[in-house]
Amino acid sequence: ERGGITLCGGDEKRVDSRTIYVGHRPCPDTEAFIPSKFCDNRIVSSKYTVWNFLPKNLFEQFRRIANFYFLIIFLVQVIVDTPTSPVTSGLPLFFVITVTAIKQGYEDWLRHKADNEVNKYPVTVLEDGRSVKKESEKIKVGDVVEVVEDETFPCDLILLQSSREDGTCFVTTASLDGESNHKTHYTVPDTEKDLQALPATIECEQPQPDLYKFVGRMHIYKPEQEPAVRSLGPENLLLKGATLKNTKKIYGVAVYTGMETKMALNYQGKSQKRSAVEKSINAFLLVYLCILISKAVVCTTLKYVWQSKEGQDEPWYNQKTQKEKDTNMYLKMFTDFLSFMVLFNFIIPVSMYVTVEMQKFLGSFFITWDKDFFDPEIQEGALVNTSDLNEELGQVEYVFTDKTGTLTQNNMEFIECCIDGFQYKHRDTRSELDGFTVTDGPEKEELFLRALCLCHTVQVKEAGSEVLADQVDGIDGLLLPQPEEERGFIASSPDEIALVRGAMEYGFTFLGLESKSMKIKNRENNIEEYKLLHVLNFDPVRRRMSVIVQTKSGETLLFCKGADSSIFPRVRPEEVDRIRMHVERNATEGYRTLCVAYKQLSAEEYAVADTGLREARLALQDREQKLMAMYNQVETGMSLIGATAVEDRLQEEAAETMEALQGAGMKVWVLTGDKMETAKSTCYACRLFQRGTELLELTVRTLEDGRLKLSFLSCRSWSTANQDYGFIIDGATLSLVMNPPREADASQYRSLFLQICQNCTAVLCCRMAPLQKAQIVKMVKNSKGSPITLSIGDGANDVSMILEAHVGIGIKGKEGRQAVRNSDYAIPKLKHLKKLLLAHGHLYYVRIAHLVQYFFYKNLCFILPQFLYQFFCGYSQQPLYDAAYLTMYNICFTSMPILAYSLLEQHISMEILLDNAALYREIANNAMLRWRPFLYWTVLGIFQGLLFFFGVRFLFSNPALQDNGQVFGNWSYGTIVFTVLVFTVTLKLALDTRHWTWINHFVIWGSLAFYVFFSFFWGGIIWPFLKQQRLYFVFANMLSSVSAWLVIIILILLSLLPEILLVVLRKPRGPHSRQVYLFLPFPF
Amino acid sequence: MKNEGEAAKRPDNTAFTQQRLPAWQPILSAGIVIPGFLLIGLAFIGIGIGLFLTSQTIQVWEMDYTGVEKDSPCFRCTILSNQNCTCEVTFSLSTLFTGPVFFYYGLSNYYQNFRKYGVSKDYYQLAGDTGYFKSPEADCAPYAYDSKKNPIVPCGAIANSIFNDTFELYQIINGTKKQVPLDGKGISWWTDYNIKYRNPSPVNGSFAKSFDGTVKPINWPKPAYELDLIDPNNNGFLNQDFLVWMRRAALPQFRKLYRRITDGDYAAGLPAGNYSLKVHYNYPVLSFDGRKKVVFSNVSWMGGKNDFLGIAYLVVGSLCVVMSVVMLVVYAKFKFSDDDDA
Repeated sequence: ERGGITLCGGDEKRVDSRTIYVGHRPCPDTEAFIPSKFCDNRIVSSKYTVWNFLPKNLFEQFRRIANFYFLIIFLVQVIVDTPTSPVTSGLPLFFVITVTAIKQGYEDWLRHKADNEVNKYPVTVLEDGRSVKKESEKIKVGDVVEVVEDETFPCDLILLQSSREDGTCFVTTASLDGESNHKTHYTVPDTEKDLQALPATIECEQPQPDLYKFVGRMHIYKPEQEPAVRSLGPENLLLKGATLKNTKKIYGVAVYTGMETKMALNYQGKSQKRSAVEKSINAFLLVYLCILISKAVVCTTLKYVWQSKEGQDEPWYNQKTQKEKDTNMYLKMFTDFLSFMVLFNFIIPVSMYVTVEMQKFLGSFFITWDKDFFDPEIQEGALVNTSDLNEELGQVEYVFTDKTGTLTQNNMEFIECCIDGFQYKHRDTRSELDGFTVTDGPEKEELFLRALCLCHTVQVKEAGSEVLADQVDGIDGLLLPQPEEERGFIASSPDEIALVRGAMEYGFTFLGLESKSMKIKNRENNIEEYKLLHVLNFDPVRRRMSVIVQTKSGETLLFCKGADSSIFPRVRPEEVDRIRMHVERNATEGYRTLCVAYKQLSAEEYAVADTGLREARLALQDREQKLMAMYNQVETGMSLIGATAVEDRLQEEAAETMEALQGAGMKVWVLTGDKMETAKSTCYACRLFQRGTELLELTVRTLEDGRLKLSFLSCRSWSTANQDYGFIIDGATLSLVMNPPREADASQYRSLFLQICQNCTAVLCCRMAPLQKAQIVKMVKNSKGSPITLSIGDGANDVSMILEAHVGIGIKGKEGRQAVRNSDYAIPKLKHLKKLLLAHGHLYYVRIAHLVQYFFYKNLCFILPQFLYQFFCGYSQQPLYDAAYLTMYNICFTSMPILAYSLLEQHISMEILLDNAALYREIANNAMLRWRPFLYWTVLGIFQGLLFFFGVRFLFSNPALQDNGQVFGNWSYGTIVFTVLVFTVTLKLALDTRHWTWINHFVIWGSLAFYVFFSFFWGGIIWPFLKQQRLYFVFANMLSSVSAWLVIIILILLSLLPEILLVVLRKPRGPHSRQVYLFLPFPF
Repeated sequence: MKNEGEAAKRPDNTAFTQQRLPAWQPILSAGIVIPGFLLIGLAFIGIGIGLFLTSQTIQVWEMDYTGVEKDSPCFRCTILSNQNCTCEVTFSLSTLFTGPVFFYYGLSNYYQNFRKYGVSKDYYQLAGDTGYFKSPEADCAPYAYDSKKNPIVPCGAIANSIFNDTFELYQIINGTKKQVPLDGKGISWWTDYNIKYRNPSPVNGSFAKSFDGTVKPINWPKPAYELDLIDPNNNGFLNQDFLVWMRRAALPQFRKLYRRITDGDYAAGLPAGNYSLKVHYNYPVLSFDGRKKVVFSNVSWMGGKNDFLGIAYLVVGSLCVVMSVVMLVVYAKFKFSDDDDA
């Protein structure tokens, strides 16, 4: 995908902006018209073409280390004369590669189809005064494109003209970021109505993936005038993939096309997260690779030692060919080594990768299917974006959670306000409204309410924007005005809506914004009009927003609302005290508080501010910083009017969920941008902090003695105190800890900080910038023991921490869909986290851990007899089992039961898992994939392998095993061992299965039956394509021997005996023994 | 009110998707395992006793006739220059050797399970496909062509190295030798003889003609079509001795069935008395430190004599019984303390 960009943008890489000639018209006053080359508007999301599919796909598949390994084994088998035919490893490899190729090919075909649909979509382009129909892929940068309602934009456009009178248009970006609300975009002001002859150039930045950033400048040339310059921002840019709504038709000029559109640039996949289980698998693989190599080395060495004895190397009955005699001794040793490698390579099975991947892919469906995750409100269930991390859900040690929208509902309700030090409650409307009139300050009161009505970016939902509303309107819209209570508002943050609604309760209704003028209906039902001069947008760093409006009487007013900490320093100190008390009390009650301030601007002041703001907006470089500086400059010297309190209610079962997570041994950290008091009260409400918790605060306020305290805290002996600690830190302090003035202190501070945090049951970090959230996650992630971290959040500000954590969970909340898009799993509500981790995560972990261990185990006891057999066949690489058995063992005979197990096993039922959060601790720290259990499984495998081989070896001390005195040969030997092996390995799994559904019964007994059936079938026919009919009637003959039956039975029983004993003797002890019977599927 | 959209989005509420399939949750409780172990243990002890007793009733008489020691009767035949050497081994049976008696030859330190050796044959030749007579399988090398580049049929190391010692057994009654008839039928697997191996179809009524243009294996004294001139059903690739040899042994120490004694006066077994075994000693084994022996044995339902199985069953059976007792003790104790807790 990247290729297209470098190709297209090649010759303009050096420049950091691009110039676009609107309608490809050369403009006066500029240097000669150089049509620069931009890439075409073709979207290529597909990876392959018909021609390069095979080589490219094969290349990509063999880049995976496992596939490459099996390819090497296969090639060795083809080149070197090896004991097993290339088919034995070639066939499974071929199978795996083919299945993957088909899957990827199909996916790519779908992508091709989707691409074609987009690329061939007919669009209308204005060309030389005519509307021309074109295919979407033919659009060039600079074309003026027409888009009608409900169509998606074919490329990134600068909006030039809209059919709406006010020069706006509405779009939804549902397909881009999932936000389905309507967003307003604006035409470039003052452009000519005649687009056919608009002489203009656009200068804008090079394509970049940030959907919400765009900086550009438009020069409009008028004859004999200075060219007019207009600034362009994201509000002028219509993104490809967004849909035009509520607007008949628009014209726009293409600025970014094809692979350079923001949508295409955002297509890049996220970096792959790898689970801890995968790391364990790799470690085990390494061990098995060592076992494999050492086996091959041992055999090769012994072979040459053995051969050095006279007569052994070349007995008269088995002479070498001339060629073999001529071969160099070292070359022979090397090929012998390779042969042994090939013979034992089944110890690392190709099928494990397939099974693990299938398990993950299929297993993740259970999350999407779970009806407990279904939220009737939003009509959605859980979403799995990656199935690679299922088992990681069972390993979480640290949970980082956002507060707003995650712990709380983000469903804001206006609770009270405080005007000039007087408190106004909202809840009991009637009585308190009386209180309103009592207060002596109606002017302040009204000013405050006007401020609430004006200082926001809320839009009134248009009648007709929804079909339903349209119908209602059609019938009685004229007769009855729309009830004000049901007036719809659209805003980027629910706080604003709550405030506007709050103001409405007190009699001031915001009617809407029409062509730069805001209308308010005041208490006397008069319409007031204000001219909106500037909006100083909200940003998380400033933590406030302002509007500059002009009243009818010509006064210029600035209203500002924001967090107390960002407002208080900017107002007169004497005003602060009266309000601070209220704000702090509200904050401790868990409300979100905002302070409202205003200032009157004189004409000169406004003129300065106006030019400053305009200049900053037009800046091409460092626009953000310039704007910020300007905002800060304007928002000073205000006077405080009052404060608001908005309640954000806790999510359903938030407290229970947090309690369960803590009970499961997870440490919960709350990372929020909110202020400390509010966050603290939320923490108390969620029972993260208990009454007895000793809180350690490290905030700007306590910073003076903070440094002392920090070192003091760390000296405290944590273990002896039986006290719960809670730790609170704020963003400013954190950045001091992370980036101390003296670089030398950094590591010391960090480790101190970590040490404190790790000893606290709950940590609250407030006033966090999004990046700081990620910083904290990263720090914990990389701390000693590299604990598994999980981040959960719902908003765009949580994306960085969601991406940073091992597992990122998005909540399908109200703050758009960015968190969900970037998450690994998305759930509708916080309460679902409990089941996701405690039940699903636990089960997935146990399942996959068992799967991995079982796979290594079953291949160890599969190959060990073959290794031992080398000691009895003169190290000649004679396979013990027939090629069919070697190939089918992992593919058919033993794969289905473990797959079914790994999908269906519930060693403890979900209810018990949910009721006993402590069970989660049983599997903490990758308990089932540590070296101890691995050793246990390995010893078990070795024990059984030895038993299989030597049991049959002693039986064959007299190979006359039939009652007719006939003798058995080597293939009978191998078949008996193999039969014992298949049965033992399958029954071992049956022993471990605690949850026998009909599927388990079916696959376990079915695969045993299949083995018997296959063996009969395979040995029952002379296969014309086989060079040797080694197994012809071997299996049937084996079954005709009573001794073979008896040895099979006793070996199976003897192999399983220790397992059964351990299971029975390891009785659960302690208080939980009754409820939780045998929680781990295997004992150690 | 559910509309259709909701129904479509809502996850299926089936037992499978909700992971609530009815399931059997086996618990290996002491109440099941202890009696289970006891039962299995007793059953195994029973089988073990049966196996052991059966194995004890099987009579085996075996003797190494390699001739390593100077005083052994076949010592003179070990000298390589001695062609067509015969030697005679005498022995006596004090009791009746119950019939039917099976006559095995045994080899040790002989690796029939060498990989290269094992693949050194041409199945298509042995299935009677004359198309492969002229161009033997490459795996047969160096036993595919003779020095004059004539194709060898049957090719390969296995066929070439066929065991070619022959035996005649005599009972010595009052100083005269009475030959014991040896039955060579039915010593190989039924399927090998009847299905897997096929002779080429005769050319112009002559079996030998079908081998035209090929030569016999280097070590063979006569070609395949002359292996048994008396019984045409035992000739060529269907010769029973050949078939027995072609089924490779699993271990370097093995025995193969040579003959059965089922006919005439000896149908009931070998009576007590003196016997003489005349060995046509052809097969060299000393070069690789191998040994040859002959074994007389009768068989039971479990095959030849093998104490291993019986002992294994007895040991495992008693182990199970002991375990059940141990578990009973542990369980009683555990339950006791559990009651205290409650």
